[in-house]
Amino acid sequence: MLEIWQGIQAAFWLIVTFDADLYEIAARSLLVTCSAVAIAALIGLPLGAWLAVSRYRLRRLVIAVLNALMGLPPVVVGLVVYLMLSRSGPFGVMGLLFTPWAMIIAQVVILTPLIASIAHQSIRDLWAEYHDLLISLNTTRPQRIKTLLWDSRRALLTAALAGFGRGIGEVGAIMIVGGNIDHVTRVMTTAIALETSKGDFALAIGLGFVLIGLAVAVNLALHMLSGTEVRDRW
Amino acid sequence: MVNILPLSVQNASVTRNGKHLLGPVDLEIGPTGLTIVLGPNGAGKSTLLRLLHGLEKPSAGRVRYAAPRSKAFALQAFVFQTPVMLRRTVLGNLTYPLTVHGMARHEAEKQALTWLKTLGLSGHEQQRASQLSGGERQKLALARALIRAPQLLFLDEPCANLDGAATRDIERLILEARAAGTRILMATHDLGQARRLATDVLFLNKGQVVESAPADAFFEAPQTQEAQAFLKGDLVL
Repeated sequence: MLEIWQGIQAAFWLIVTFDADLYEIAARSLLVTCSAVAIAALIGLPLGAWLAVSRYRLRRLVIAVLNALMGLPPVVVGLVVYLMLSRSGPFGVMGLLFTPWAMIIAQVVILTPLIASIAHQSIRDLWAEYHDLLISLNTTRPQRIKTLLWDSRRALLTAALAGFGRGIGEVGAIMIVGGNIDHVTRVMTTAIALETSKGDFALAIGLGFVLIGLAVAVNLALHMLSGTEVRDRW
Repeated sequence: MVNILPLSVQNASVTRNGKHLLGPVDLEIGPTGLTIVLGPNGAGKSTLLRLLHGLEKPSAGRVRYAAPRSKAFALQAFVFQTPVMLRRTVLGNLTYPLTVHGMARHEAEKQALTWLKTLGLSGHEQQRASQLSGGERQKLALARALIRAPQLLFLDEPCANLDGAATRDIERLILEARAAGTRILMATHDLGQARRLATDVLFLNKGQVVESAPADAFFEAPQTQEAQAFLKGDLVL
């Protein structure tokens, strides 16, 4: 109990004293995760929509695999991305390992199936509603996908936020490919892991509170900007 | 200007999940008039309209337009019994068929505002379409179908569950569309509405076209027992 209280105090002081390390780590966490969510959304949202409107033989299998990939173990993703980006790997020449780029790549791999799968479920329901109308209006498949993405944008925000939630709290993959290098690849989660391993529980808990606060703040900001829970249902 | 009519149906059937729904049907839809598709529930009225519009594929036979398929689909529209509203504003619903096919937004909005005035929905532009009443939604769905000036319009029981005032408004729009040259095929089982609107009648029962005749002839002297029973209000089994 004492450690939790000390953690709250540590978090408070880190924030009010504008601790440079904390703000740097928090900013890097946000940069890595927001970049990964943006890229994963650019891939996952159209993919989810395409899966919803397309009919082909292996569709069920593809959707089942996509759903299964939602639970992709981050350490395995980290390991695979590490091997790809390591000097002897196929992309080693790019020199991305132990940089924020490697962390973003690993998170994109983790988040894309999650965002695509949630998007697919939302868009599938809307497609069932719009199916006859959009065919009747002589729309092409890309036009249908665009319409479905736009009209289900609030549900897709949830998909993106789920991705953000998973990304901001992820530690396994980014620890492996980022290396938790101070002032280079250290983010909130890897910093918490480090402080815990050092036995500095107060700081670890403090960072944990900041991390939770950050996640809540981003969610609230996005909900407020998009007007969800304010306007009536469409 | 491409003419998609006449539309000919040759020996077309529809079977879904092993259940025979329609046909075999042979008929020709000429370039003018308002055909009412009559029949009891489950007769195949909606399936016939969906087949002609391309929403249903024939399991046998063929449906042929006078124009290539891609052009034919661009020049027809369908209004469903339960109107499907896009999750947009009233104005957004009306502009959608125009903007999705490349019209500039400001031009589409100009046309849509004229339609809203005709519909009596001025002032509702920014209201969510889902908040309209049932009659208003159906009017909006009809206007959305008509805004691209289709040559052929399919109406699947557009006035089902609507009150008298809404039905009158819908019928007015239908007659205006017909006067403007739109060929209309409309399914209904409201005999009063059929008498008010029809130039000719297709009577369906059990997935077959039982009778096809000009409206006057059909209502005065139906040729088949099923049609006679239906007009008398008897059960058609």
